[in-house]
Amino acid sequence: MLAYTASELYSITLMQGFAGLSLFSVLLLMALGLAIIFGQMGVVNLAHGEFMALGAYTVYLCSEIVQNHLPALAPYYFIIAVVIAFFTAGLAGLLVEWSLIRFLYKRPLDTLLATWGLSLIMQQGFRLIFGGREVTPVLPGWLMGSFKPTDGIDIPINGVFVMGLTLLLTFGVWLFMYRSHMGLQMRSTVQNRVMSGAVGINTRLVDRFTFCLGCGIAGVAGAAFTTIGSTGPDSGSRYIVDTFLVVVFGGTASLIGTIASAFGIAQAQSILEFFLEGTAGKVAVLMGIIIVLMIRPQGLFPSKIRS
Amino acid sequence: MKLKQKRMLPPKVFSPALTALATLVAGIGVLAGTLRAAEYPTDKVNTTGLAVTDTEVVVGQLHSATGTMAISETGSIQAEQLAIEQINAMGGVLGRKIKIIVEDGASDWPTFAEKAKKLLVNDKVASVFGCWTSASRKAVLPVFEKENGMLYYPTFYEGLEQSKNVIYTGQEATQQIIAGLDWMAKEKKAKTFYLIGSDYIWPRTSAKIARKHIENVLKGTVVGEEFYALGHTQFGSLINKIKLKKPDVIYAIVVGGSNVSFYKQLNAAGITSDKWNLITISVTEDEVLGIGGDNLVGFYSAMKYFQSLDNPNNKVFVEAFKKKYGEKSVIGDVTQAAYLGPWLWKMTVEKAGSFDVDKIAAASAGIEFDKAPEGYVKVHPNHHLWSKLRIGQWQTDGQARVLYGSELIEPDPFPKGYQ
Repeated sequence: MLAYTASELYSITLMQGFAGLSLFSVLLLMALGLAIIFGQMGVVNLAHGEFMALGAYTVYLCSEIVQNHLPALAPYYFIIAVVIAFFTAGLAGLLVEWSLIRFLYKRPLDTLLATWGLSLIMQQGFRLIFGGREVTPVLPGWLMGSFKPTDGIDIPINGVFVMGLTLLLTFGVWLFMYRSHMGLQMRSTVQNRVMSGAVGINTRLVDRFTFCLGCGIAGVAGAAFTTIGSTGPDSGSRYIVDTFLVVVFGGTASLIGTIASAFGIAQAQSILEFFLEGTAGKVAVLMGIIIVLMIRPQGLFPSKIRS
Repeated sequence: MKLKQKRMLPPKVFSPALTALATLVAGIGVLAGTLRAAEYPTDKVNTTGLAVTDTEVVVGQLHSATGTMAISETGSIQAEQLAIEQINAMGGVLGRKIKIIVEDGASDWPTFAEKAKKLLVNDKVASVFGCWTSASRKAVLPVFEKENGMLYYPTFYEGLEQSKNVIYTGQEATQQIIAGLDWMAKEKKAKTFYLIGSDYIWPRTSAKIARKHIENVLKGTVVGEEFYALGHTQFGSLINKIKLKKPDVIYAIVVGGSNVSFYKQLNAAGITSDKWNLITISVTEDEVLGIGGDNLVGFYSAMKYFQSLDNPNNKVFVEAFKKKYGEKSVIGDVTQAAYLGPWLWKMTVEKAGSFDVDKIAAASAGIEFDKAPEGYVKVHPNHHLWSKLRIGQWQTDGQARVLYGSELIEPDPFPKGYQ
């Protein structure tokens, strides 16, 4: 080991901490939508990754339109594009729920198969419309580069953006679920569908809305990821495994669980990648998760429902 | 849906004189073709049951049109089809027009092996132009050797391989890696290197060869060596490690779609060419199109071909490529090497006077092609090409400024002391 000055070590620790937080926000953003769908509704949505890709492609389309027809909008379009991605993915979720998912609520294994088929259809759809090559939207200038508080510290701006977005979204979801009327209806439907129907809650509508919300959040996640990497037709399949990992590890049906598990996995992976190498770090994290799940299969923070 | 595709159609002129002239020329072409074919009767040029008739010969194309490698392989598909179109316009090979059967390996190595078998056994193609990653080549090699097919393989690779059934039109390690390292050590006085790559055979073997050269010949040190899965996108921890170790040179062998994330994150973390040296052997104009020239500006690539090469062959080639595939198309090293494949095959078949794989394998040594966009190439008895190495520095427009060109380097896939 080379000898480092105290300030270098301090900078490195700070940046490593930031890398961990960055990864945490990425995982949380991915998992939030799925936590709502899988956690709250028990629907195994294997097409969740494709909804993220849909959000990413929406941002790419907005970028292309702005580049070709509205160049004056170029510095501002990104935020608008993210919002559009939310609604696009949400609308797509609405369509999917209405045409496919609502027949399958009592059949979890069938939703697994159906959504997997849906993911294949969506992937091929992307391939047909956008081509097999990966694409990136043109990112606005304010998203590039980094903050340099001191000489040794470089905080990438897009990392901060993703973290900010995640914070906003998580807070928004919490506010919605625990402080709004619709959120109350959602939670009650999940806990006891029959009684909720009996007290006058339109459970069908609540289910539809929940699914849309989950897909919309996935769309925002995909839109945020365009700042980090490129988007291809099979980008969704790269996200889906980590997403399910986070949700199951945290305990389904639990927002706190999702947050805690995303944090734990992200920090563990970040630190282990630093000391071990590349793939070895990921292997170690996955082994750790397997061991924990074997001891505690219900996840970190299962919600205590009398069933 | 291609969002930008401007095709210029030729003006419609139906004057009788022009039509008569066109028919005459076409007629002569057909006559010439059939005369040539008559010179080479099918039963003489095809004694092994390949898909050859008096007027047609079938070849196969096996690349990834989909998956994480599509970003890199699409150029090869286009180049090979352009070459075959040009050869057909000149009358074809031994008077026979070339017909292509196109298969998609889908960035999945078992799929490559399966499609290779289909092309050789079911379709009985006379030759296959395909593969990109070493993993895909290793997957299909046993198939080609068992079914006795011929593969024209366009990618720069790690060497340590030689087969009667493969012609390697890309550079092997000693031509690309060693010459590149020597240039970096001399120009930048580099002593410490950080090796980073994707996790499969080519980057790992290349890193091994690079390490041996750095430690034994350049007397430098490798301060880090790491590999990440293909498709990996989170490089935060790695970038922190690079900043910690402060290598003189970052030697990057990241492949495919991961390049986009890697260079974007490097740029965002402040690792730019004003303070850092980075040389890569896996980024060509195709990857820069996806990464964005701004993220790479000032970094170096070691390749035998760059689109900006200034020679008459290249001007003609770039123009023809852009005419067929659009003004915005880019041409990387592998694309050019893929373009060489059909031409070398045509010349070898004509020299051997036969399509039989055994005959063209034997006739390959010594074939010279001076119309290559990279300049001049010659096939070595070990089925690799003599070629030059160039160092290019990336500019914001996605093109490379060529800073250095070596002499012709003899291919040596089994260099002593590097295994």
